[in-house]
Order: sequence, then structure tokens, then C-alpha cells
Amino acid sequence: MPPRSKSFYALAAFFALFILFLYGPIITIGILSFQGPQGGLTFPMNGVSFHWFFDLFQEQAVGDIWGSFRRSFLLGLMVMITTVVVSVAAGLAFRHHFAGSGILFYLTVASLVIPSILISLGVGLIFNQLGLKVHWSTSGFGAQLTWTLPFGLLIMFAVFNRFDKSYEEAARDQGASAWQSFVHVVLPIIMPSLIGVALFGFTLSYDEFARTLLTSGSYNTLPLEIFGMTTNVTTPVIYALGTLTTLFSFIMIGVFFLVVWITGRRKAKAGSDAGNGMI
Amino acid sequence: MTASSTTPPKPRRAPGLSRHLLGWLLASPLAVVLAAFLVVPIATIAVVSFWGATEFSIYPAFQFDNYEFLFSSPVTYTVFFNTFKYAAITWICTLLIGFTVAYFLAFHIRNQNLQIGLFLLCTIPFWTSNIIRMISWIPFLGRNGIGNTALIQMGLIDQPLEWLLYSDFAVILAFVHLYTLFMVVPIFNTMMRIDPSLLEAARDNGASGWQTLWNVIIPLCKPGIMIGTIFVVTLVMGDFITVRFMSGSQSANVGRLISNDIALLQYPSAAATAVVLLCTVLLMIAVMLRFVDIRKEL
Repeated sequence: MPPRSKSFYALAAFFALFILFLYGPIITIGILSFQGPQGGLTFPMNGVSFHWFFDLFQEQAVGDIWGSFRRSFLLGLMVMITTVVVSVAAGLAFRHHFAGSGILFYLTVASLVIPSILISLGVGLIFNQLGLKVHWSTSGFGAQLTWTLPFGLLIMFAVFNRFDKSYEEAARDQGASAWQSFVHVVLPIIMPSLIGVALFGFTLSYDEFARTLLTSGSYNTLPLEIFGMTTNVTTPVIYALGTLTTLFSFIMIGVFFLVVWITGRRKAKAGSDAGNGMI
Repeated sequence: MTASSTTPPKPRRAPGLSRHLLGWLLASPLAVVLAAFLVVPIATIAVVSFWGATEFSIYPAFQFDNYEFLFSSPVTYTVFFNTFKYAAITWICTLLIGFTVAYFLAFHIRNQNLQIGLFLLCTIPFWTSNIIRMISWIPFLGRNGIGNTALIQMGLIDQPLEWLLYSDFAVILAFVHLYTLFMVVPIFNTMMRIDPSLLEAARDNGASGWQTLWNVIIPLCKPGIMIGTIFVVTLVMGDFITVRFMSGSQSANVGRLISNDIALLQYPSAAATAVVLLCTVLLMIAVMLRFVDIRKEL
């Protein structure tokens, strides 16, 4: 191996700066959320306390945070499950050409690149014209799916493009039905990627703002609630909330990665070579 | 693997009708969701853009008033220009930063576990809240924030800079902060597919590092750059919340124009602006897609 060149150190320094740029601000508000009761929105720290975290638990101080958190969490789970199921089904469908598959594919890509506010406005208008009430669990749910499903489907494309079909053929040769070969052969192999799709489904929904804005009705999701706070809250309580919800996101990401790791280990232990078809 | 992953899955022999039927059956949930929450809403916007509005309600009509007003107002052109400006500057910044980061990860990190770890470090913020990530710039950019304090202590300025927060600078900084990973991921993906023997061949033939970069790596990364570009440009073109928050409501882009109309219940006018924005974005994407086949790049 050649020795490290000068450009390596320059690029490494650039990369370190980039990581600092990515994480510096969020770490800063993490620190500032421990401001003393008299502290302001920026340094210096005016003492250290949990004051602003306690403030979050007092309803009148900040509006309906916990209600909006519950709604966002529930909506995240709904979107996650739907995204996984619909993406897998569509991913399977796209393995073979079918009439109109091209149009459906471009529609999915369009769903990803269309400005979010158009979805928000359009869905809001439809519900308005049909005399229906917009609600986070109906119109909000559907609007968010237009954002999560394309990611899910693109991941499934990546998975099936690399999928070794000989496993399925082996299963079929041994007399497995289409359903059996899906459940016992395909599903275990693609499982880690499905957890990835689930991660996208949950987190993208949990943090979604633009598409939910006009489609969630009178009960806010957490990002909408937080945005509302930015206009009228001028204390570090908003940092405390930001720290907590970011921490929650990190925990969820950690849980998903842990699940991937555990399933990987179990697979390795069972001695199966399933999923090693990529060599 | 390289060969099999760059070609789309080959259709397998299956009886004609049942193949289409099974395909549609499996794809129908996706089709239903997209029809109900993408196609119909966009169609509704297109229809409503010809409607009329009073102060309190909207009524069906077929008139071009909304478009006439839109195209005759000088504000429209300023705002569209502003939007293009944000998109162009953000694109250049994210491309340069994203390419450099991806290049470092792909070609300078030799330990695969470290490579995956650092890559994930770059992508994790994608799964956290954009709003929080915007808010987190306040302590840096404020009048008495970390940025101004540091610059004054270093003796570079005497007075705090007023243009750090609530300015175009802040808007673009936030865009770059939010969207650079949309460049990193696809570019890194294409870089990882480059056959190392090509780089070796370039070196053996006496190419310098820069020559290899310019003549081998960049041309092979074009699809990744295109996909990243589509993401960044469309996200910036359609944004309304970053501009509103980071400019302190002092700058406008097309998204804010639409959201202001919505706030005033002027849905037909908002719809007309939305249609023009949509056509602009789709036109830009159509041009970019001429350079890349997305399905082959996954």
C-alpha cells in the first residue's frame, strides 16, 4: 500500500470540518438547553439547570407538546408499516415488466421531486371541495406517503437489482409455491433492507413538515408545533424541546441499526449463507 | 456484481396476461396512493388555478385572471429570480462540498467498517428534524451569537455583523447544511462502483492525481452528480419554510409566494403560482434526466 499522501490529510481535515458543520449546531443547542432560568438564547451560559426541560412538562408554558408528540409517533408508525408493505409489493411487481410499469415508475419519481407545498395545497383543496375535514390520520397520512413511498421503492429497486434469483429458482425446483418461496426465501434475504425502509418510513414521517402543513387539520404534529413555537417562544425551552426530539430521533435510528445487527448475527449463527449472494 | 447491478432486472418468461395481472395486483397499493394523493391533487391545483376568488371563498370558473395577474406583476419575476439564485448558489456549494466528502470516503478510507461508519455519520442528520436543524443556527448567527463573538475576539471586526442571521447568507447556509447529504450519497454510490483497475491504469499511464480526477473519476460520477443535483435543485426550488425562517421573513421565493396566498385563502392565485412552479421544476428535471437513467443507477 502506498503511504498516505498530503492530499489525504487535507481531505481528512475537510471531512472533519464537514462533520463539525453537520453536528456543531445541534450540539450547541444541546448545551444551551441546560441554561439557567435567567439564561438567554445564546452564550454565555447563565448557570446550569434542568429548568427548561421541566418547563416542557408544564402545559401552559408551551402548548400541546405531548399531544403532538403522541400524534407524530402514532402517525410515524402508521406511515412506517404502510411504506414497508406497499414498497415490498411494488418492488416485487417491478421485477417484471407489466403494462404501465414505466408510467408508474415515473409517477413515483415525480412524487419525490414535486415541491412539497403542492401536495399540501392539492390535498387540502380536495378535502375542502369534498367537504371533508383534513385530519393528520387521513389527509396528513396520505400526503406523507407521497414522500416516504418513493424512498421505499427506490431502496427496493436497489435490493432487487442485486438479488440472486437462483435462490428462488432452487426453492421452486424443490416444489415451493410462489408464496412459500417469498416467505421462506426472499423475505429473510431482504429483511435487513426492509428494516432500512422502515427507518426511512418512520423518521421521514416523524419529521415531515411541508406536506403535513395544510393536511393535518386542527391537531398539530410535533414539527408543526415546534414551528409554531419559533414565532412566539423566545426562551431556551425551544432548545430543550429540540434536544429531546433529536435525542429521540437518534434513539430510533440506533434501535433500527441494532435490529439490523441482531438479525445479521442470528443469520450468521444459524449458518445459513442466505444473503451472501452478492459476491 | 458490478455487471449485474448496472443492468435492470430482466423480465422473466411468464404467461402474458397473468404476468400483467400479478404486476398490477402487487403494484396497486402504490398506484392507489399515488393516484389519490399525487395525481388528483395536482390535477385539482391545475383546475383551481382557473377559478376565481372573493375575500372569503373560491368559486368555479374558467378564467385566466390568476395567470394574467401573476405574469403582469413585477414581484413574480423578482421572486422567481430569487428562487433561481438560491438554487444555483446552493447547488454549487453542495456539489463542491458533497463531491469532496464523497471522494475522501470512497478513495481515501481503506478500512471498510470505518468507511461505512463515516458514511452513516454523514447521513444520520437526514433522519432528524429539519426545523430543529434550522433553529440550531440561532446561537451561531445571532447578533451576540458565537459567530460574531468569535470574529470580534479574533479582532477581525469591531461591530457585530448584522447580516449573519435573517439574511440571504443564512438562507443559503441552512440550505447547504440541510441538503449536502443529498449530494454525498449518490456521488459516493457511483464512486464505489468505479473499478479500481481503471484508476490503476490511469496511474500506470502516467496520469497525475488531478488528471485522474478530471478525466476518469468525474466523468464516471456524472450519474451520481445528476441525481444529487435533481434532489438539491428541486428541494430548494420548492422550499418555503427555510427561506421564511432563516431570512426572518425578509426574503421571498416562489414557495413563500404560494404559502402567503394560502394564508390569505387566495387558493386560485396560489394554485396558478404552483402550476408555474411545477412546470419550471419539471422542465429543469426533464433537461437533467437526458443525462442519466435513474433506474440503472440504483
